[in-house]
Amino acid sequence: MSHQKSFQYADLLSVLERVVDIMSAPDQYSYPSVFIYGHRATGKSHVVLSIMKDLELPHASVDCVECVSSGLLFHQVLSAFFGPDAAALLPRCPSLSDFVRLYKQMSSNSPATQTRYIILDRAERMRDMDFSLLPALLRLQELVNDNVTVILLSEIVWEKFRPNTGCFEPLLFHFPDYSKGKSLVQILSWDHHPSYTPELYASYINILLGVFFSVCRDLRELRHLAVLNFSKFCEPLEKGEAKESDIHKLWKNIEPHLQRAMQTVYLREVSSVQWEQQQMDEKEATTLRVLSAHAHIELPYYSKFLLIAAYLASFNPARTDRRFFLKSHGKIRKTNFLKKHEKTSNHLLGPKPFPLDRLMAIFYSVVDSRVAPTASVFSQISSLVTLQLLSQVGHDDQLDSPKYKCSVSLDFILAISRCVCVCVRLLDLLALSLVIQSQVVRQERSLFTAVSNLHLL
Amino acid sequence: YNDIELNCKKNCDGKNIGTYSTASLLALSIIDLCETFYCHLGVNVPDHAMTFRSLCNLLQDSVTPFVVSVHAKECADPVLVINLTLVCQATLTIRIIGLLQKCTQVFPQRTESLTNSDLPQSLPVVVIFKDFEAFNSQVLQDFILICSRYTQELPFIFIFGIATSPSAIQHRLPHSVSSLLCIEVFHSLSRTQHLASVFDKLILNSQFPFKLSSRVIQVLVGIFLYHDFSVQNFVKGLQFSMLEHFKSQPLSMLCCQKQEALLSAKTLSKKNVERIRHLPSFMRYVETQEPQEQVQLLTNDEHVKVTLLFHNKLHVSCIEKNLWETEEYDSALQLLRILAKDELVAALRKCAEILKSTKILQNVLQQLEDFIGRLEALEEDSSGNGIISGKMEYQRTDLFQLQKTLLEKESRRTKRMNPYEVLRSQVIEFIDSLVREYLTPAELQPLNEVCYYSSSGVLRQRLNVTPRTSIQAALSHPFYYLQNESLKTDAGTISSAAPDLCIVYKLHLECGRLINLYDWLEAFLTVMSAAEDQDTNSEECGKYDSLKHARFIQAVSEMEFLGFIKSTKQKTDHVARLTWGGC
Repeated sequence: MSHQKSFQYADLLSVLERVVDIMSAPDQYSYPSVFIYGHRATGKSHVVLSIMKDLELPHASVDCVECVSSGLLFHQVLSAFFGPDAAALLPRCPSLSDFVRLYKQMSSNSPATQTRYIILDRAERMRDMDFSLLPALLRLQELVNDNVTVILLSEIVWEKFRPNTGCFEPLLFHFPDYSKGKSLVQILSWDHHPSYTPELYASYINILLGVFFSVCRDLRELRHLAVLNFSKFCEPLEKGEAKESDIHKLWKNIEPHLQRAMQTVYLREVSSVQWEQQQMDEKEATTLRVLSAHAHIELPYYSKFLLIAAYLASFNPARTDRRFFLKSHGKIRKTNFLKKHEKTSNHLLGPKPFPLDRLMAIFYSVVDSRVAPTASVFSQISSLVTLQLLSQVGHDDQLDSPKYKCSVSLDFILAISRCVCVCVRLLDLLALSLVIQSQVVRQERSLFTAVSNLHLL
Repeated sequence: YNDIELNCKKNCDGKNIGTYSTASLLALSIIDLCETFYCHLGVNVPDHAMTFRSLCNLLQDSVTPFVVSVHAKECADPVLVINLTLVCQATLTIRIIGLLQKCTQVFPQRTESLTNSDLPQSLPVVVIFKDFEAFNSQVLQDFILICSRYTQELPFIFIFGIATSPSAIQHRLPHSVSSLLCIEVFHSLSRTQHLASVFDKLILNSQFPFKLSSRVIQVLVGIFLYHDFSVQNFVKGLQFSMLEHFKSQPLSMLCCQKQEALLSAKTLSKKNVERIRHLPSFMRYVETQEPQEQVQLLTNDEHVKVTLLFHNKLHVSCIEKNLWETEEYDSALQLLRILAKDELVAALRKCAEILKSTKILQNVLQQLEDFIGRLEALEEDSSGNGIISGKMEYQRTDLFQLQKTLLEKESRRTKRMNPYEVLRSQVIEFIDSLVREYLTPAELQPLNEVCYYSSSGVLRQRLNVTPRTSIQAALSHPFYYLQNESLKTDAGTISSAAPDLCIVYKLHLECGRLINLYDWLEAFLTVMSAAEDQDTNSEECGKYDSLKHARFIQAVSEMEFLGFIKSTKQKTDHVARLTWGGC
């Protein structure tokens, strides 16, 4: 165990030396506050907590996600240092001064023989709490007159924490990212399989990193992936088709699997158990099924039209409605058709809010048959809002003339209109509005492809 | 009797849902990783409550007693979620190590009661999020982060109800959170499939004598497909039409199981027999009979009862066959015409089996078996024939698909007739005649009114309501609801006898987007005074004015309450219309 630890820490030696330096003289007053930052899974909490455990230092470890109120934080700190009885003395909604008073009282009863540590994980949450809490904690040592050090762990830099009124500057430590070449390979090859040589596992890790390093640097995630795909990697060895030295052959075998794993497992679309089952089946069809599943949403017939109408209302200027949705719209002069500010593509600007009346008017002109304005048509709008396909603009309690925005992408709408495209007119409409927009901004390639797709249909 | 049948239907539906949630349960026993995670899929909302209730019960019975289901509306922040989770468990007195630390603040008194209980630790806590999309994503992230810290002591399983698509998880949760989860996706049956199973169990079932006419089915299916995709609403519609049938049709007392029907037919009252005589289908039947018989039928009650008994039997036998087959008969026949041989044989076999169970059509059965024999004999010597292959998925529910494949097949069809095709056409002719003979549309059967509910108009009006239209009808034609003779007016005129609100409404229809209140008041006064022009005295005029003024203000505020107008700051003394002009 200790061997593994020293190995993992090897990369951070310089940082570690300084951290341990601070903690090495427990009977003297330590620096009041320490701020440690670094990316996810660089070992911040692990390092700090194992030092605490190994040196048997008194500490209170608190995850700030749990502390919805500062009272919970005080409660956890007090009960870790002085037992639950002390924590019970806190009033119902404790303020910072309550905490300081109680801490003083308790520490005078049992003064610190060595430095006490308060470790606050995910400290970035502290910024959302009471604004005086962070500056006070940074100089808690002064306030309670006790040998106590606050260690803040965070993924973001100290500059984002500093309150604008100024505060005590903590000691800063940075945990660097693992580099691809050395440390990641070393760390990952640590949990190699006992029945294979470490060299083989190291080469496997190299292949794995070649695929995944560009998208993922999270050590935990990489370890998960490594364990998951190793059995597949070893398959040719088990069958006797290749030797351990046949790295190239093994690479040929595993590479497509890793690619597929990147598409599914990494996105957590399938669980590891399902993934293993698929590996067993070795059928393309199952993967395809999973992938195709998320493109398709089952909606009632009118809901689809409502969504299309909402999209049209959101991305077309209201002035053009007459032209698009009226059969005899009269001539509009080409030159001055669009005003200057409308000449940027609406797809770059994002959806615009539209009133309910306009949505319904476009809806009626888009749907082929006559639709009565029934209660269920209107309730479909609200159910689209709960599905977050539409979003309501403004307050929920605005009853007269509510406004909505369409929050789905062009691809989604195209897929839906393909589903309902018994009527070609609708596609024409979509195409027309898109053509006009793409005429305006020639650079927008995606729109052009979308339009050409429509023509192919 | 109504109640029994209602219960029956409910049970049936409950069973359906039960079967498809067991699918998700099976996998539960396989995976017990640190944090398992479920998606349950399918759009639309009203059915979900029922599904989750049955899922919840199922889990509680078979896996773990600690199942909580939470709803987005109740969970504005993570403390509330934790509290809900805790409250459920507090009643079950389970020892929770981690969560209690945080919740001591909120539940100081509960901690003691919970700590001394010796239930096994390994049971997971299941948290069901009913509507994943509606949850605040920050709340979810926090909750998952917190739970992930305590998975060592207390295994958690989350079940997320997702209506749109699994990618919603990626949209709502950042990768740092979703990587804490081990996700498994479960798809519920597609809505249409679910409806089809309900159809099979309830409507195409000879067990229930109550039937729907094709128009009514169209209305119900239309609401389902076009509006809400909700099986629950469909069943409710079914129940409603049943209630309506038994309420409006006095002869529906004959609509019950055969034995009871026979019994009650014997004891029909004179009035009811008279009613039977007035049924259009019965009159048609009478016309086809001999004149002597006709006289007897119209005069003798007893005779009617006897024929009734006879017809009841006949009727039941007719219902045995598929109702839908009459509707889709043409397409089905076309399909048969192009079926490959082995499939044809299989279909005929199936028919024969169905016929075996009934006793009436024995001779038909004979013929069918004869055909099957000939087909099989043919198979031996013409195995090399170019049989039109193709796997036809015979889906009755998906009519559109069917027609498309039909068209494809038709174009690919070879022109030459081999012996198989000759025989096939013979078979088809035979079946055609058979169906024409026995499967006449239900509407033409005598006494169909007893068992068939057919007023689709009423159903549409009741189930697919148009609140706006009815408000407008009430305002522009007050006679329609009030039934007061004096309110009858010609179109386009405004009667002063109508309620103030109606007058104000009709006047506002003539205005533009902004309405001048003073002009409106003037017009209102003009309408009011039109009737009483003759007998107004000049001195009373001022007094009446203030009264009318008050009535006008009240009517306008009622209009605002109904959502037709709202006050505006664009112009003084004006109100804005909220409806479109002229609708």
